[in-house]
Amino acid sequence: MIEPALASRLQFALTTIVHIIFPVMSMGLAPFLVYFTWKDIRTGEPIYEQLRRFWTKIFAISFVVGTVTGIVLEFEFGTNFAAFSTAAGELFGGPLAVEGMMAFMLEATFLGIFVFGRERVGNVLYMISAVAVALGTWLSAVWILIANSWMQTPRGYELVTENGQMIVSLVDPIAAYANPRFPWMYVHMQNAAVLSVALFMAGVAAYHLFRHYHWEYPVDHPQFWEKTLKIALVVLIITAPFQVLHGDAYGRHVAETQPQKFAAMEAVWETESYVPEYIIAVPTNLEDLTNPRAKEIFGIGIPGGASWLASGGDPSAEIIGLNEFETEAPPVAIVFWSFRIMVGLGFWFVLLAFWAGYRWWRGQLLEDDLLQKSLMASSLLGILAVEVGWIVTEVGRQPWVIQGVMKTADGVSPGLTGFEATLTLVSFAVVYLGLLALYSYVVFRIVRAGPPSITPDAPETDVVREETGAGPKPAGGDDD
Amino acid sequence: MTEPGATVGFAAGATGREAAATLEAGFALQAGGLADGPLLGLPLTELWYGLVFFILGTFLFLDGFDFGVGAIFVTRSEESAREQLLAAIGPFWDGNEVWLVVFGGALFAAFPAVYANLFSRHYLLMFAILGALIVRGLAPEMYEQRHDETWQRWWGRAFVVGSVAAPLLLGIFAGNWLLGSTALVSLPSLVVGVALVALSTAGGAAFLGLKTRGRLQQETAAYGPKALVAYLALVVVAVGYLFATRPDLRGDLLSPIALGLVGASAVLGAGYVVAMRRESYVGALAATAGLTYGLVALVAALLYPVIDPVAGLTVADAIVSTLPLNLMSIGAALLLPLIFAYFVVLYAAFWGPVEEGEGYAGE
Repeated sequence: MIEPALASRLQFALTTIVHIIFPVMSMGLAPFLVYFTWKDIRTGEPIYEQLRRFWTKIFAISFVVGTVTGIVLEFEFGTNFAAFSTAAGELFGGPLAVEGMMAFMLEATFLGIFVFGRERVGNVLYMISAVAVALGTWLSAVWILIANSWMQTPRGYELVTENGQMIVSLVDPIAAYANPRFPWMYVHMQNAAVLSVALFMAGVAAYHLFRHYHWEYPVDHPQFWEKTLKIALVVLIITAPFQVLHGDAYGRHVAETQPQKFAAMEAVWETESYVPEYIIAVPTNLEDLTNPRAKEIFGIGIPGGASWLASGGDPSAEIIGLNEFETEAPPVAIVFWSFRIMVGLGFWFVLLAFWAGYRWWRGQLLEDDLLQKSLMASSLLGILAVEVGWIVTEVGRQPWVIQGVMKTADGVSPGLTGFEATLTLVSFAVVYLGLLALYSYVVFRIVRAGPPSITPDAPETDVVREETGAGPKPAGGDDD
Repeated sequence: MTEPGATVGFAAGATGREAAATLEAGFALQAGGLADGPLLGLPLTELWYGLVFFILGTFLFLDGFDFGVGAIFVTRSEESAREQLLAAIGPFWDGNEVWLVVFGGALFAAFPAVYANLFSRHYLLMFAILGALIVRGLAPEMYEQRHDETWQRWWGRAFVVGSVAAPLLLGIFAGNWLLGSTALVSLPSLVVGVALVALSTAGGAAFLGLKTRGRLQQETAAYGPKALVAYLALVVVAVGYLFATRPDLRGDLLSPIALGLVGASAVLGAGYVVAMRRESYVGALAATAGLTYGLVALVAALLYPVIDPVAGLTVADAIVSTLPLNLMSIGAALLLPLIFAYFVVLYAAFWGPVEEGEGYAGE
């Protein structure tokens, strides 16, 4: 049996790592869907109806899987971290409740109209539904990230004893909820979601176009995929550089507010000045991988780079080493390597965006095979960057559940047994990985089948088409 | 009042940080009077106790008829009937289920210790409920993804299992909560669980009365009155069992509120049967709403003033402090009317029977 504290942490990590994929998809797709719906209604061009209907399918399945996996998270604070929930409920419960009432309700009700109701409602209500769903997904992130950022940079509270228990009491809601971390986190996360979806769209479109033009294995709607690719690239060209610039400033904020996390990100153990930034770090032995120490690692270091990063331009700035802190260091290897993967991916996305932009400008967008292959290979890398980014954020703040206030180990449910915790951990591993596989399978099928065929002025539903066989069958629609 | 480091898990010196933080904020909201006393002098503790159960009841009613449709799904083998049943709940179930999220959030925000105690105490039961909801939510979506027989047979089964298990386990949870039971399941909580399945089925039959036509409507509606009679019988068994075995609850059970709720349930039950006979499905659905709220109100009335019998916490012990309570009250007062408006828009848009080609396969 795994001890309850460890099992609870692993379970929470597993469930969030799987869950976050679905909100990233739905938050990232939301603005695209608003745009497609708007253009569909305004222009009546079939391609926008195709874009709307195709991407709505992926949005809908992402939303459903996101709902069922997300409800688990809301209850996991109570089931596995009861001591934390009791102590911090005053600050932490409110944002979750408001998230449900303000955001989740908005998205879940209007989603019904948006997904099922095109034939039932007029243009105005349909457009309102698209905006409401998008707004709901983005508001949802506001409240969830308020709750999370408060744990990273807690403000506006007081420790009081109530019924013999120490609890974190809310004294200043504005300081607590508009805490210093929140704007950083929100901008970084929302931009990451849009960027990830742009990469996904570009990769999927590149796959179909490559198949069509290069392999000469025709797809039904090459113009649909070209449009998808171009829209995705516009968004990629804006979001990728922004993410890197924003991330740079965000790093400084972390260095100021969570120095221990920053030291772990850089694997700095001894307090020093002129700390180099290893932009490329190559583990030459197992020890480097499992216990990285910046000073010993083989790589290319920019002299004073990490100091420069931490201070906003001073290469001589001192970085406090991990040995300096009273609490034990977070698992440095996970934080150090995750951070490097995230940053490396961030730069890769910028390169990809400029490369694609240049080819497009020269009118050679579809002629560069290597670019098409790179786009295909990168379709899921945005999501990977979000995952490793969150691993830096969440593992990096250990051992604290509330930075400087409460340790994770002390937040675990007191009555939880190793048997219960292990049983649910194993069950979740099976169920969530199964869900992920199922989701991937369904999205793969939707992508392979491609967009629905639209005859102008006589919009058909898929069902009608399948039943009457009037329209061309989508490529790969081999299921019936 | 504050003793840094007095409790395990709180870092020494944390209060220092916090004092600085408060100063840094510059303006404290206490000036607005939100921390001084309950908003407008309202009995917010009791209102939130009622609100938490109201939200739970709304979830059990709304998602209840989705569960009922899932239970009735097992009786249909024809492809078109199965499609219609799934299409009937398609636009609604996600919004309905969010009431459970709001229940969790409201309990967390208003009674954090109860949220923590209840869910960690009924650890395996909670995850079983969540597992059932995962299967139920996923199944209709998956069912429509492929049109081969094996795939649809298994997802159809999953839909039924999830739809029956969810209310069963939720009823067991409610029963355990009320009885202060720490066991995974006990006989009386099981009775409450089965009763909730029956009530959900009655709701599902009434809902399908609205959403289907012809033979399918007649056949599915016929399950309603039977399910409702079973529900009433099970409630009588549960209340009788409590009366016999729990002398401490006898006073509460004979209180005017409890007797009134039981009496009202009998009247609503009769009303449901009459409405179904007359094919007045809106009336029948409204009756199941009343019955669900009645059941939840009975649980709330029997618990009060205690909210967590195992920990011996009363409502007054468990409520959060004044400032967050006032803030939450303002939030709820602003947001709940909006939420009702969303539901009116949603149900109005999909009013009437399922149309040809509508539902999961349609888009």
